[in-house]
Amino acid sequence: MLKRIDEPARATVTVTIEGEQAAVPEGVSVSAALLMHGLTFTRTTAISQIPRAPYCLMGVCFECLVVVDGVPNVQGCMRIVHQGMNIQRQQGRRTLS
Amino acid sequence: MQDTRTKAFDAMQNADVLVIGGGMFGAAVGYGLARRGLRVTMLDEGDNAFRAARGNFGLVWYQGKGKGMQRYADWTLESIRLWPDFAAELDSETGVNVGYHKPGGLTIATSEKALNARKERIELLRRQAGNKGYDCEFIDRDQVQALFPEIELGPNVIGGSFSPHDGHANPLKLLRALHAGFAWHGGRYLPDQQAVRIERRGRDFVVTTPKDVFGAAKVVIAAGHGVTRLADMVDIRVPLRPERGQLLVTERTRQVLPVPMSGVRQNDEGTVMLGVSNEEVGFDDSTTLDQTQRIARLAIEKFPALRHLRLVRTWGALRILTPDGYPVYAESKTQPGAYALACHSAVTLSAVNANAISYWIAEGVEPEDFDTFRPERFDA
Repeated sequence: MLKRIDEPARATVTVTIEGEQAAVPEGVSVSAALLMHGLTFTRTTAISQIPRAPYCLMGVCFECLVVVDGVPNVQGCMRIVHQGMNIQRQQGRRTLS
Repeated sequence: MQDTRTKAFDAMQNADVLVIGGGMFGAAVGYGLARRGLRVTMLDEGDNAFRAARGNFGLVWYQGKGKGMQRYADWTLESIRLWPDFAAELDSETGVNVGYHKPGGLTIATSEKALNARKERIELLRRQAGNKGYDCEFIDRDQVQALFPEIELGPNVIGGSFSPHDGHANPLKLLRALHAGFAWHGGRYLPDQQAVRIERRGRDFVVTTPKDVFGAAKVVIAAGHGVTRLADMVDIRVPLRPERGQLLVTERTRQVLPVPMSGVRQNDEGTVMLGVSNEEVGFDDSTTLDQTQRIARLAIEKFPALRHLRLVRTWGALRILTPDGYPVYAESKTQPGAYALACHSAVTLSAVNANAISYWIAEGVEPEDFDTFRPERFDA
């Protein structure tokens, strides 16, 4: 479904997506990495738990919220992947611990 | 011109009551009047108005109120007793759940000095209440912690005062519900119609806005800071001053604060609201970094884990304060049928405003011992 329109990046980094190891092109956003990995939704909403996926991809809509390295409610479209990054869906409201 | 006259004529024919002001007070009274079957027109300002009704913290609160005016403490409690039915009726009529919960409320102390000041105040209120009693107790740190199993208290928390009468609601949903209920009962809401002049013509009152002229047998002035100017036109003197309060709201989180506090409360949809400031800055409702920092620090002192939450919005609003801080409810003595209403705690009082006050205005039956709320108390 999603296909890069430029040449695939040569270098990749390894990240963990929902507990699964994945090689993703270096320099892409977390949201792009999740979409490439084939996730059909990347969070559930805070109140009604409806599945959502990245929408605007430019930092405005907040549909792309994920948990990055344990930090909740991170905008996936505004964060670049790095080697060893741990990415999880944001499920409902964040926790506080 | 033809158009304006026609509309004015229709309004003269159709309204029993004109309510000036569509904020928390005006909307509650307007809703109550419409619900009694009266034909009500509510005149509101535009989007540039100072709207305390959109800046509320959302406490439905009893403890600590009424020093020097027992009638106000009693009135507050009357409203709180009406709140469960009031919220349920709004929900059933409008489908808007205002999120009212009454788990009791807490005022946390983080120093001996603050705790002692609190004890003095509650003791004074208890003495003032006499055999009516004052339902508020002091609990120690462990008892406070037991109320919050999901979040740890900061090291400075030493105890607090707890009253079972206290609760909270979502103030934006309350305002929305009052307006929806008003419309559902046939009320006519007209925004961008700032009242400029009120005159008596025969048995009617005529209210002029920059666009139109409206008439009705009764006029209710609930225009927030506009009350002083407008009430003067019907011979009621209501001195008011603005006091700015700033508030902060965080991103949504799982429920960690089941009990509302003065200064910290969590809405049932997860946002945490933080307050509060009391600033004498005139008609300036902007926000400042120093108050934002102060308010955040106060909350973190009570619950350190709150530091992890992002703030999503801050805002300022202007409290509508009389010289003693207590409400004004007054019918004009020289122009009966004209009422001036002003108060600061319009969320807490919305239930009694929608009920007893609409009954007073509709049927002419004044609530008991109501002269207490007349603004003549400010005449020196």
